[in-house]
Amino acid sequence: MNQPDLRVTIGDLVFKNPVLTASGTFGYAKEFAPFVNLHHLGGVVVKGISLAPRRGNPPPRIVETAGGMLNAIGLENVGLDRFISEKMDYLRGIGTRVIVNILGDSLEEYQTLAQRLSEVEGISGLEVNISCPNVKKGGVAFGTDPAMAEAVTRAVCAHTTLPVIVKLSPNVTDITQIARGVEAGGAQAVSLINTLLGMAIDVKSRRPKLANIVGGLSGPAIKPIALRMVWQVAQAVKIPVIGIGGITTTEDALEFLLAGATAIEVGTANFINPRASQEIVEGLGRYVTENKLSGISEVIGGLIVG
Amino acid sequence: MNQFEEQAEIVRQEQLTPEIFRLSLKAPEIASQARPGQFVMVQTASCYDPLLRRPLSIHQTIGNELVQLLYKVVGKGTRMLAALTPGQRLKLTGPLGHGFDFSDQQALCLVGGGMGIAPLYFLAKEILRTANPPKCVVLLGARTAAEFGPLPRDFMDIGVTQTHLATDDGSLGHQGFVAELLLQHLAPGNQWSVCTCGPHPMMKAVVKACRQQEWQCQVSLETMMACGISACLGCAIPRADLSGPYLHVCKDGPVFNANEVAWL
Ligand SMILES: Cc1cc2nc3c(=O)[nH]c(=O)nc-3n(C[C@H](O)[C@H](O)[C@H](O)COP(=O)(O)OP(=O)(O)OC[C@H]3O[C@@H](n4cnc5c(N)ncnc54)[C@H](O)[C@@H]3O)c2cc1C
Ligand SMILES: Cc1cc2nc3c(=O)[nH]c(=O)nc-3n(C[C@H](O)[C@H](O)[C@H](O)COP(=O)(O)O)c2cc1C
Ligand code: FES
Repeated sequence: MNQPDLRVTIGDLVFKNPVLTASGTFGYAKEFAPFVNLHHLGGVVVKGISLAPRRGNPPPRIVETAGGMLNAIGLENVGLDRFISEKMDYLRGIGTRVIVNILGDSLEEYQTLAQRLSEVEGISGLEVNISCPNVKKGGVAFGTDPAMAEAVTRAVCAHTTLPVIVKLSPNVTDITQIARGVEAGGAQAVSLINTLLGMAIDVKSRRPKLANIVGGLSGPAIKPIALRMVWQVAQAVKIPVIGIGGITTTEDALEFLLAGATAIEVGTANFINPRASQEIVEGLGRYVTENKLSGISEVIGGLIVG
Repeated sequence: MNQFEEQAEIVRQEQLTPEIFRLSLKAPEIASQARPGQFVMVQTASCYDPLLRRPLSIHQTIGNELVQLLYKVVGKGTRMLAALTPGQRLKLTGPLGHGFDFSDQQALCLVGGGMGIAPLYFLAKEILRTANPPKCVVLLGARTAAEFGPLPRDFMDIGVTQTHLATDDGSLGHQGFVAELLLQHLAPGNQWSVCTCGPHPMMKAVVKACRQQEWQCQVSLETMMACGISACLGCAIPRADLSGPYLHVCKDGPVFNANEVAWL
């Protein structure tokens, strides 16, 4: 029997399948090597990197909620220099595409990150995080204003030879406006959604359950919202859309592809089941075979309305 | 680093007290690699609520085949775990984290409070299995006698000759905190190495006593965990000097040298 064709194309990049892992939920890939054949994945998006190392927010940083979790990690990361010297060697050998998620407090920081990472071998693309709800400066401010989103995208694109994916925040009134800004700025693709701002309270102590008071909601609880936004954005822009938000099973992934996503990222599901990403790749293969499709790309945007 | 994801069959589920259960699972890969103080992430339900796996210490391994967990029902995850019966399967990931270091120790004292007793039983078993077992004193604390269930007996059954108990209400052993037993039962001159696991205030008191006597002390800490494998960075705790990057309990711990971490 022929191998099912799961290839998808984003800009100039061909991915062996549409299943990537979402930033901040897959470490630097090595953490999952005991459980997943990393080369079976379409790609890995690594934990967000800033110019200088970041300590992140004080604990407690995570709380479980119904069907989801809140996190206020605050973008703890090892910083650009240590990422390049300590993590890239391993990532070059995993046999799949590596996308580096970047974040900054200023346009200059985004530019420097883009420029420095362009010189590093083994990186397939950049995912620009303009959407983290857990940091005070930068981050979310860039992601909630279409003109700012466009400016960051333009600045990053001007300083890199790598394909640029911009990751959008759902914490806006109209996500399609931000997506249009990013498209105008020259991005090769958009990915969405990042976490939704939420909170939880301990009624015994009457205190917030997170030290940061508010955090980002992720997991199956946010899937319907993410799916709706992906569908809206896929109609609003011409560049490819990468769907993120609560994807836990093959069926979830298929829903996002049908809504118009060219690829998907698996996030919180990696915590619930460390093998989730690989199981979704396998499930998509079965779907293509069982439905006698020419390839998975036949599914993309296949939603029937009316 | 040998870690596994196993679909484990439940072999036995025992209710030891109204709240405490002991679960035996067939998980040969994890069982053959586990060290005392390590933990597993356990799927408690195959639905999305509870969503995340729960961290539980390895209570003991039996013959390279079985992993045994000792847990207290405190919320929805552990309640669902307690409802599972032999023959059913659940997923677990492990063995995770760093365990206790008991090599080259002359005299060890294990201090457990509440469910903190769970990993210490595995530790006591492994200590007694070494070629020239060091001296091993076990101090256990609980709120009342009933809360211990059969655990003190279990320690005696594997050959721990010195097991001393403390209860808050005095219903068994010393009335008061288990940390007070340290100074009652350990000769001050000796170089004791103390391993402790239990509620934070209890461990804090144990650490204080150890510092006064200049004894080594290893602590097993708990935090909220989402992944258990250092991917989410949710399990952060501050270092002793309160500066620098946070430590991560799942990867840097759960067992730490008491001097590494802050005692707030
Ligand atoms: C490394 C490690 C090892 C552990 N080993 C054991 C063990 O051997 N036996 C055992 O009984 N328990 C152990 N715990 C604690 C155990 O993980 C929690 O009791 C469990 O996750 C509670 O889940 P739940 O769904 O029943 O409670 P939930 O419904 O999630 O919460 C109910 C209440 O339980 C408490 N709780 C929840 N999560 C934790 C947590 N991670 N730590 C402490 N309290 C919590 C809180 O007070 C909360 O309000 C360990 C924790 C860690 C981090
Ligand atoms: C613990 C945690 C850390 C995260 N860190 C990042 C990050 O560093 N950069 C980023 O762009 N998104 C980050 N995210 C957001 C995820 O990549 C993803 O967009 C979000 O969780 C929604 O997908 P999910 O519901 O499948 O998890 C993080 C999410 C979680 C749960
Ligand atoms: S529990 Fe996820 S990093 Fe420790």
